[in-house]
Amino acid sequence: MSSKTKKSDVLLSIKGLKIQGFSDEKWHDIINGIDLTLHTGEVLGLIGESGAGKSTLGLAAMGYTQPGCRITEGEIIFDGVDLAKLTDGEKRKFWGTRMTYVAQSAAAAFNPARRLIVQTTASTIRAGIKDQSSAYEDAQQLYDVLNLPDPENIGERYPHQVSGGQLQRVMTAMAMSPRPDLLVFDEPTTALDVTTQVEVLASMRSIVEEFNTAAIYITHDLAVVAQMADVIKVLRYGNEVEEAPTRQMLSAPQQEYTKSLWSVRSLEKSQQVVKDSVLSLKGINAGYGAAKVLNNVNIEVPKGSTVAVVGESGSGKSTAARVITGLLPQMSGSVQFNGEDLPPALANRSKDQKRRIQMIYQMADTAMNPRQTVREIIGRPLEFYLGMRGSKKTQRITDLLEMIELDASFMQRLPGELSGGQKQRICIARALAAEPDFIICDEVTSALDQIVQEGILKLLLRLQEELGLTYLFITHDISTVNAIADQVVVMNQGEVVEQGLKTEVFQPPHPEYTELLLSSVPEMDPDWLTNLIAKRPQQSS
Amino acid sequence: MHPIIKTILVRLSLGLMTLLAVSIIIFSAVEFLPGDFTEAILGQLATPETIAAFRKELGLDQTALVRYLNWIGGVLQGDFGSSFSGKGSVTGGTGGDRSRDVVDLIAPRLWNTLFLAGMTAIIAVPLSLFLGVTSALYRNSIYDRAVNVTSLTTISFPEFFVAYVLILIFGSLWPVLPTLANVDAATPMLERIQRCALPALTLTLVIIAHMMRMTRAAIINLLASPYIQMAILSGASKREVIIKHALPNAWAPIATVIAFNLAYLVVGVVVVEVVFVYPGIGQLMVDSVTSRNIPVVQACALIFAVTYILLNLIADIIGIVTNPRLLHPK
Repeated sequence: MSSKTKKSDVLLSIKGLKIQGFSDEKWHDIINGIDLTLHTGEVLGLIGESGAGKSTLGLAAMGYTQPGCRITEGEIIFDGVDLAKLTDGEKRKFWGTRMTYVAQSAAAAFNPARRLIVQTTASTIRAGIKDQSSAYEDAQQLYDVLNLPDPENIGERYPHQVSGGQLQRVMTAMAMSPRPDLLVFDEPTTALDVTTQVEVLASMRSIVEEFNTAAIYITHDLAVVAQMADVIKVLRYGNEVEEAPTRQMLSAPQQEYTKSLWSVRSLEKSQQVVKDSVLSLKGINAGYGAAKVLNNVNIEVPKGSTVAVVGESGSGKSTAARVITGLLPQMSGSVQFNGEDLPPALANRSKDQKRRIQMIYQMADTAMNPRQTVREIIGRPLEFYLGMRGSKKTQRITDLLEMIELDASFMQRLPGELSGGQKQRICIARALAAEPDFIICDEVTSALDQIVQEGILKLLLRLQEELGLTYLFITHDISTVNAIADQVVVMNQGEVVEQGLKTEVFQPPHPEYTELLLSSVPEMDPDWLTNLIAKRPQQSS
Repeated sequence: MHPIIKTILVRLSLGLMTLLAVSIIIFSAVEFLPGDFTEAILGQLATPETIAAFRKELGLDQTALVRYLNWIGGVLQGDFGSSFSGKGSVTGGTGGDRSRDVVDLIAPRLWNTLFLAGMTAIIAVPLSLFLGVTSALYRNSIYDRAVNVTSLTTISFPEFFVAYVLILIFGSLWPVLPTLANVDAATPMLERIQRCALPALTLTLVIIAHMMRMTRAAIINLLASPYIQMAILSGASKREVIIKHALPNAWAPIATVIAFNLAYLVVGVVVVEVVFVYPGIGQLMVDSVTSRNIPVVQACALIFAVTYILLNLIADIIGIVTNPRLLHPK
């Protein structure tokens, strides 16, 4: 271990870095000549949409490239050593000791077969920085600093025995254990619920400050990076768009692209007030086997409006959708659609009842058969529900494609040949093909980049206006709710906490859970997290 | 009670129920076999009276249900009945009943088979694990390709061909090993091992590809997981990544394939037995089917079923105890 350098010394300097990746039988550029400078104790935020090369750059800062990638040009000088010139064996001396990594999904990034404390301390002990007992003791202290419950014993558990938020903090402890000079956070809170994210962010930030560790924080979420970073660098297609200190970047972005990223959050639907319900859930109890997930759920969906169901993972919002579609027959209670009771099981519903309720899924990728062309995917409901064939069907598919702003040439494409946003559009067209009254959108934008999200949301709004559709919009993202909802239903642990018009639900006073949920949504203000922590009573989860 | 023990007990009782079902199937299948032992032995010229008397002696005059219950009741007490051949009437009634108990007939053969299977397993299992792990470690290297091509080649040839090639090499071109494996109870251990060397080597070549490739595939499959990248980025060496991070999570599929191949060693090696004149249970079963010696056929089939069920049960249990989610529940 070298002695810690003073703050403001350059720790890492990347110059003219180019990285290529191999796919579809050829090499193409992922990073096209990027410079990056990181000082000791500084936190650099890397933001950009998918494909911007931010993870590749973050890993390259450690001298690592993923299998199938190669560094073609440039240097990565870490504390005077060019990592790009070292062999894997030489770089290994830096990895896990002087530079460490916190991955996106803690659940997948821990070895399921080994105890947490063993994994937390493995590299520290291997490198001989500490012996086993002092490394263990130190790990327990780190668990404590990171606000993990029962810090003395939690390390004895296996990864599957603790929650996602706890696991993410254990990984931070693991990254901190050897007291590195550089820490790379790769979207560490993306997989977490918003209320959990706040606590994890706070503990990550305080520990980085406490040990004066330099960090690279990779994310696509501007509000999150605003809390963590001293400097923000915006990337697009492997090029740098701009770099500036956080406050300056937030208040006065220079480039058009950056401004467009900033503006996505401003989309807001003017609220419609409608009285007639098209769908109502009355006293629904449902679950899987003995596990009850929904507990006396009542939801009213007014005709022609959008009801957003918000809640964290496990709140039962997707289960409610499964009950409505008949995939999961309820144990008790009723689902009324246009005033009549729907049979609980899908098999007992008439073709017309099925046609009127359609669904759009979170992962457009897995919701389409990869071996079917767009024509077959959209044509299937046309044939099945409406009996269309031949030129009539072709004409209708063309019309539907036009509605989702794609031209007829897409008809022969396979899902693999579409971008993420285009795939989701095809899924929307498939739902529209059945000429439904009611569409359930299950997290339809959460897998998409912000700018693409905006496009999809605008499309959904326009279709609603033109076709008079009713949406049940399941989401965990409050800014999406703002963009699209008339009514809001807040769910927690299988119960409806609050429901009503968007303006009512978002206005105080709130029930306790709504308050927690709303206050946990990161804002673009760099002082937001600091203020929030100060306001909230110290909690140990 | 630890949930693992409970799971194992459940699996065990399920295994026993499977065995019971298999015994019914075996009995019925034999029942439906065309031909009749009495006719096969006494010839078509035998008088109906002789046949009836012989059938009575064998117990064939009773209903199928009674015979099944008698058989399975005896099996539960370790009595597999007595062989049809050598019964009194066959020898003309003068020499009395010289038939042997099925157990006495099968036991030495089973021991031979288990010996050969065990010897093969001791060579093949560690060797294929070693080759699988190392070829995963040096993926796409010349070593990896050589191991893959060789093992695929040996599995692609019929067993008897592999056997004759080995006989040609080690028996005649470079005569170091005996080409006949006719052992008996009196054969001393060392000589037994020596005589079994060629059959064991043949079987090793036949089964190694399967296990080696599954080990390699299971490990490589895991190498794509995020926790492997995490291990690399925390400074673990290639060897550590594979031994400590990949292998512990790969046991379940590997154990299944090993169990399958070990079962094959017990039940499917009749061709190799014939080539090396090895007195194993496979040959006994084939002979018994030819001569309609039903008690022996049934006993062999039951032993084969036990082998499969037991080995798969062990593989399942290995899969369970190496899965931390099951071993350490929340």
